[in-house]
Amino acid sequence: MLRFALRRLLLALVVGIAVSAIAFMLLRISGDLAIALAGEDASPADVERIREQYGLNRPVIVQYGEWLWNAVRGDLGRSLFYPESVANLIMTRLPVTLTLSAMGLVIALLIALPLGIIAALKRNTWIDRAALGIAVMGQAMPNFWFGLLMIFLFGLALGWLPVSGSETIWHFIMPAVTLGWFSAPVLMRLTRGGMVEVMTSDYIRTAHAKGLPVRVVVLKHALRNAIIPVVALCSVQFGNMLSGSVVTETVFALQGIGYLAWEAISRRDFPVVQGILLLVALFYVVLTLIADLLNAWLDPRIRRG
Amino acid sequence: MSAPVVNAAAADDVMAGHVAEPVLEVQHLAVQIPVADGVLHAVRDVSLSVPRGETLCVVGESGCGKSLTSLAVMGLLPGGARRTADRMTFLGEDLLSMSPGRLRELRGNRMAMIFQEPMTSLNPSWTIGDQLTEPFIRHGKGGKAQATERAVFLLERVGIAAAGRRLVQYPHELSGGLRQRVMIAMALMCGPELILADEPTTALDVTIQAEILHLLAELQREFGMGLLLVTHDLGIVARVAHRVAVMYAGEVVESGPTTAVFDDPRHPYTRGLIDCIPIPGRNKPGTPLGTIPGLVPNLVGGITGCAFRDRCAYARAGCDGAIPVQAGAHDHGWRCVLSESVADSTPTEVRA
Repeated sequence: MLRFALRRLLLALVVGIAVSAIAFMLLRISGDLAIALAGEDASPADVERIREQYGLNRPVIVQYGEWLWNAVRGDLGRSLFYPESVANLIMTRLPVTLTLSAMGLVIALLIALPLGIIAALKRNTWIDRAALGIAVMGQAMPNFWFGLLMIFLFGLALGWLPVSGSETIWHFIMPAVTLGWFSAPVLMRLTRGGMVEVMTSDYIRTAHAKGLPVRVVVLKHALRNAIIPVVALCSVQFGNMLSGSVVTETVFALQGIGYLAWEAISRRDFPVVQGILLLVALFYVVLTLIADLLNAWLDPRIRRG
Repeated sequence: MSAPVVNAAAADDVMAGHVAEPVLEVQHLAVQIPVADGVLHAVRDVSLSVPRGETLCVVGESGCGKSLTSLAVMGLLPGGARRTADRMTFLGEDLLSMSPGRLRELRGNRMAMIFQEPMTSLNPSWTIGDQLTEPFIRHGKGGKAQATERAVFLLERVGIAAAGRRLVQYPHELSGGLRQRVMIAMALMCGPELILADEPTTALDVTIQAEILHLLAELQREFGMGLLLVTHDLGIVARVAHRVAVMYAGEVVESGPTTAVFDDPRHPYTRGLIDCIPIPGRNKPGTPLGTIPGLVPNLVGGITGCAFRDRCAYARAGCDGAIPVQAGAHDHGWRCVLSESVADSTPTEVRA
């Protein structure tokens, strides 16, 4: 298990560096940053000056190397708009996004796992179809629309929950439900599919033949095997939440990473964009690593690989 | 030599055998499975009984309903399958009306099952030790330590070396033969009175098939259990079974003490099966073995008369009507219009 973990860690590191390089390059070829920064009315001389100032005239590989070397030491450069370092900006926003995403994932799983398991056990009954209906509804309703509906109902009409800001845990409930609600359907479908397959397998029949109660058969013998693909999807979903909660953060005025990214992109604040890209890449790498290790723990056959 | 045709009520006892105190008793079991084009009458009429401490072998070709019979006893039929019987008891307790909770108390505890597919019958995510000790602890036989002790003892007993080390291994680290030995050990964990073994060696290498079956027979004697062994290996049946029930197309067509059935098969199908066994000395090298021409009938929709008549060399006029159950000496029964020994009968023309 330890050797497996070390190998995965090494692989994750390589992937992390590669992803950050690709992200860095993409940003450079997406347009001339100097022209974008100088503005529409700038003269060629101004553009040249900016290019010089930010070191954009040097070969991309050199820029990347320097940036990566600084990044490793925790220096991601300075924002072009905020009087702050990029690292600082990200660190102050990160807790908001992490809290939101973690709560979102927990809510998604709280909806998806029981629904998926029940749908699988009651396959082809009205319960199964109702669960499918909920799944379709969750996917079909746009994030912002669902968020606004909740604000209207629980925030304004009933006044139960605060509608914006991130001061208390109550502020996170509606945005987290918005995020989780959207992720739940796909997790539920996968749980249901896995359970349906596993429940017909021979070892489940063996578990019944041993005289085990249904609860033990389902939760101990079936779920552990059915959940393996769900774990992998969870890491992807969590990554999406961390990097893609822009809409939710905007609707609920949460000052998180997604909001920062949206701001930085619209203002061409490229040091911030680069920093966030690196962060998101690292998120995915770390999450994939965690998913791999979790799966190896769940499924002993993976450990040999 | 002729045998009296007995009335229907007595015939039940004939097929099941006169058993004073059976571990398992089944009368007129039927299993119906809804399929796309109707209802599959997979098991049509099975009566059998397993005496305490004896082995009953159920034989027959693939699809004759012998596996479903054992699954029906355990209450493990696939969803949608319908089970009916006049009587089905385990140590006198009615299995048909039993509550799910009571059935769970018996399963894995006093009656255990060994399945056909050792490769897939163990949970890939749990260790051998966990899966072995689970029923022991679940059925309140003792704590973790006692369960582990019993698991090691049984693993050694079923011929697994370094048993202690096996406990921490996962199924994928074991060969098919070892996994089936683990399944056997698992079935024995709680000291059951009845073991149902559903073709336990079909998926294994020929070289270890006989080994596993002999092991089962040995354990049956050693622990004094009732064993219902579903198999199509007649060679093994002759050596281990006290009684045999021959199944064809969902029915028991002949049953009786092993020697009686083998020495004097009364049903032409039994005779055909026995002729398929190669016996050194009887079959000269290079000469073809016996075969039974034709195919097993389709059991969707049900059948009247003898299901074997289309393949039978002795088929005659009465074969499409109600078939009597006949009784010979020593609880030997058969479901056929022929009353004399097959050997003494004259084949009619085989109908294609």
